[in-house]
Amino acid sequence: MKERLQQLQQEALEKIEQANDLKALNDVRVAYLGKKGPITEVLRGMGALSPEERPVMGALVNEVREVIQTALEARQATLEQAEVEKKLAAEAIDVTLPGRPIRRGNHHPLTRVIEEIEDLFIGMGYTIAEGPEVEKDYYNFEALNLPKGHPARDMQDSFYITEEILLRTHTSPVQARTMEKHQGRGPVKIICPGKVYRRDNDDATHSHQFTQIEGLVVDEHIRMSDLKGTLREFARKMFGEDRDIRFRPSFFPFTEPSVEVDVSCANCGGHGCSVCKGTGWIEILGAGMVHPNVLEMAGFDSKKYTGFAFGMGPERIAMLKYGIDDIRHFYQNDVRFLQQFNRV
Amino acid sequence: MFVSYKWLQQYVDLTNITAKELADRITKAGIEVESVEVRNKGIQGVVIGHVLEREQHPNADKLSKCFVDIGEGEPVQIICGAPNVAKGQKVAVAKVGAVLPGNFKIKRAKLRGEESNGMICSLQELGVESKLVPKEYADGIFVFPSDAPVGADALELLYLDDEVLELSLTPNRADCLSMIGVAYEVAAILGRSVKLPAIELHENSESVHDYISVRVDTPKDNPLYVGRIVKNVKIGPSPLWMQARLMAAGIRPHNNVVDITNYILLEYGQPLHAFDYDRLGSKEIVVRRAKAGETIVTLDDVERTLTEEHLVITNGKEPVALAGVMGGANSEVCDKTVNVFIEAAYFNGATIRQAVKDHGLRSESSTRFEKGIDPARTKEALDRAAMLMAEYAGGEVIGGVVEVNTLQRKDVVVTITLDRINNVLGTTITKEEVAGILTNLQFTFTEENGTFTITVPSRRRDIAIEEDIIEEVARLYGYDNLPATLPVGEAKPGKLTPYQAKRRKVRRYLEDAGLFQAITYSLTNEAKATMFALETAEPIRLALPMSEERSVLRQSLVPHLLEAASYNRARQVENVALYEIGSVYLANGEHELPNEKERLAGVLTGVWHAHVWQGEKKAVDFYVAKGILDGLFALLGLENRVEYKQAKREHLHPGRTADMLLDGKTIGFIAQLHPIVQKQFDLKETYVFELDLEVLLKAEVDNIRYTAIPRFPSITRDIALVVDEHVVAGELQKAIIEAGGELLKDVSIFDVYKGDRLPEGKKSIAFALRYYDPERTLTDEEVTNVHEQVIKAVEQQFGATLRG
Repeated sequence: MKERLQQLQQEALEKIEQANDLKALNDVRVAYLGKKGPITEVLRGMGALSPEERPVMGALVNEVREVIQTALEARQATLEQAEVEKKLAAEAIDVTLPGRPIRRGNHHPLTRVIEEIEDLFIGMGYTIAEGPEVEKDYYNFEALNLPKGHPARDMQDSFYITEEILLRTHTSPVQARTMEKHQGRGPVKIICPGKVYRRDNDDATHSHQFTQIEGLVVDEHIRMSDLKGTLREFARKMFGEDRDIRFRPSFFPFTEPSVEVDVSCANCGGHGCSVCKGTGWIEILGAGMVHPNVLEMAGFDSKKYTGFAFGMGPERIAMLKYGIDDIRHFYQNDVRFLQQFNRV
Repeated sequence: MFVSYKWLQQYVDLTNITAKELADRITKAGIEVESVEVRNKGIQGVVIGHVLEREQHPNADKLSKCFVDIGEGEPVQIICGAPNVAKGQKVAVAKVGAVLPGNFKIKRAKLRGEESNGMICSLQELGVESKLVPKEYADGIFVFPSDAPVGADALELLYLDDEVLELSLTPNRADCLSMIGVAYEVAAILGRSVKLPAIELHENSESVHDYISVRVDTPKDNPLYVGRIVKNVKIGPSPLWMQARLMAAGIRPHNNVVDITNYILLEYGQPLHAFDYDRLGSKEIVVRRAKAGETIVTLDDVERTLTEEHLVITNGKEPVALAGVMGGANSEVCDKTVNVFIEAAYFNGATIRQAVKDHGLRSESSTRFEKGIDPARTKEALDRAAMLMAEYAGGEVIGGVVEVNTLQRKDVVVTITLDRINNVLGTTITKEEVAGILTNLQFTFTEENGTFTITVPSRRRDIAIEEDIIEEVARLYGYDNLPATLPVGEAKPGKLTPYQAKRRKVRRYLEDAGLFQAITYSLTNEAKATMFALETAEPIRLALPMSEERSVLRQSLVPHLLEAASYNRARQVENVALYEIGSVYLANGEHELPNEKERLAGVLTGVWHAHVWQGEKKAVDFYVAKGILDGLFALLGLENRVEYKQAKREHLHPGRTADMLLDGKTIGFIAQLHPIVQKQFDLKETYVFELDLEVLLKAEVDNIRYTAIPRFPSITRDIALVVDEHVVAGELQKAIIEAGGELLKDVSIFDVYKGDRLPEGKKSIAFALRYYDPERTLTDEEVTNVHEQVIKAVEQQFGATLRG
């Protein structure tokens, strides 16, 4: 009887091993462990055994059943695993096919530049002031030390609507308006981005509409060295940490002293190349100390307060930064142009 | 201003500094040197030759055979094609082996069988611009004065070995519109001294007052007028050095008298005018405003009609010059001129500017008057001109000067402390350094306990206040020496205003939703100005537009966005989605600034979404555009306050236009473009929207408050309602929400059907209604109760029936 059990166990294990799918395996289970199976038969035959032999044989039967059961489970797990793998293999896809595109637009390159500059100055404690694009002659010129009859305010250069109203030619009137609002009390610390208009024919380097960003700081004890430090900070954050700046004396009616500000060429690092026309420097800003007349006209005591102002053109900066060769691109809104500015 | 390096050496020592170095130093100190032109364009071996003989070339009518002494042994035979070559002339000869501009090498040659050992050169062949060549030599060779030394370097005599600095002057530095002014600037930069030209005037015993008198009727236009008479001049060429200097400065030589006036203009910055005294037609000069309609024929032979705004020099009867701009043809110095009246005046800049503008006539003279000359040098310039005319035109200077002088000149004195200079600049410049700079500038000053009292020379009309002195110190001290600091003082955090911050979020949202930001022009034409405008006003027109296309301020952003879409379509970019945030301008009466209102607009056309290999392709339609706006309203927390209402607007599809209302007030529209307008802009099916951004961004919105996450299951019931086809979904939905009460949390539309399976004129809209109570699990019965009320409500209000 014992031999019979061992033989059955041997047979069952072999069949389990040979079962190639879950159904065959189930057949094996039914065949050996089912109610009509040979092991059950052996159990029935136990009646013929002596009381001493019965427990021994019973234990043996259970042992065999357990071995077969374990083998069945192991085999089942293996077969299930294989079945899953087969199914997954059939589900394989071509991962190189294109994904469902996400439609995404982006900032206009000028906005990109302007926001970058805004954020940079916000980080230095500036707020952003805005003002009207259609402006009074007073704010656009007179309050900026450009009295009537000044050569720099020729009718030919500005879009006048009436004698007293024109499209602003720079964002400086926002400075005048902001100072006026401060009623002679500092500090004032603003940048003013916005659209401006000049009577120019549109070509590769001129546009009758363009943008400007002006900055203004007015307080007691503002020094020209502060202007230099501020603009150096700006240049480094905007164009790279190893940039340097230099001042060249210049003239603007609303600042005195006035300077033009060059940044060392980011393309060649200052050695001279085609971008900087061999000079190593690129002009990007006009700046200076606020003219006492401008302070006084806005209600500030020029003996007590000093200030600096600077102005730059986002178009020019964008052209330098991205290598754009024609200013008209900014206003044609060719999607093939706009979409080039779609990433970090 | 063109500055000849060689000429400049007359006034300031330029030893050990090249033209290039000088240019760099000048630029660094504040006047931009735009270029340094090397006048020698690669010429070698051109010398002065003496034409000993000239014969007709035996085989060519237009050629001459010349024997020329070039100072090297035997005279050489040269064939010359110039019509004006003649025996006895001193000429420029390019010797055999010489090189002319363009690397043109002169070789021994045979011309029509005759040997030619060199070339006699015109000025053009030596690289001089045609417009600078004296008229008489325009079509031939240049003839040197007879005293030109044979064999000498022709380039040197012509100043073609010179370098010319082109100064780009800012309007404040009119003092550098003269060689002497530049000399002062250069002297200040280099710390050297200025040598002023010598004036030695020999007047005869006659009195100028016997010859001429001067009256100025409008002293405001002409505060200073001085004049001299030089008699018995002989018109001829001016000395070669003068011609050479004029050409280097960009002025064509004419004759000795005219050249001298131009030379003084360049040297002193003082415009002069020489009249032919005998052609003046009277013995008096009257300076006055022109009479309206009065005419004058100017030197350029143009008859000009004058107005009362123009200042004229008259002979008491009629104009003989347009003051400060150009002389009259009737009194012009010509070959026959014997007696010359020289005018030196100080005219008001604004008066001259008016004439320049009205006549489109800008001259070397007018430019200087417009920018302001130094009246302290006017008389000196006159004297020097008279002296030069005596010397180089053989004239005799009549004794005395006629003068009308109403100038009220006061010295400009500026007082400034050392501390002030250092406080404004952020520097630690010493008293001695400041004194050194002022000395180099040749400003007279005194200094006591760090306070400088400075008398500004009249040539520096740009200096009047402390800050001007600070600038002089700064630029000559060198901006490179300025430290870099940051402002000290109360530090406040910078930030965007809520409006600015929201506007940035709107931009980002729209871009992430698939639209590109466009920036278009604010100026447009009359027709487009008011198209699509949410609000219209009287168009704001420019006084002096450059073109009709850019003559009026826009009242809507849509027209230019359509143009942008059209521009793209014309370049095979068919799928366009753009938005713009920008101002529109609404007139507010003639004397007030217009209302500038910030708008948000968009244009969408073509395919909205395509994923071709998976068979997905969706064209832009009304609901694509609307979905983007719905998202925007949700972003701004306004989704439940905005309503779409069917509307009709000009230029838009009458059945596919909606107004958007925020809290019941119209804030914009969304629509399909009217097919006719679509065609005008050369577009296919296109959708547009425009919104009042300011109202949107300024709408007050509650802060975000957390609401509990559902803990109990919700129950969803679907209903399909059959209604008349004119019933709109939004109204139905509103009614459902109202009837559903508190338990109804969500209503969504999942199907819209119109067609065969419904009666004519009917449509079905299917809604999914989700019921939920945050406190407990709802029973079926409770939901059924509410749901039936909903159905009843729509039955009553819209005659809706449940679709079977």
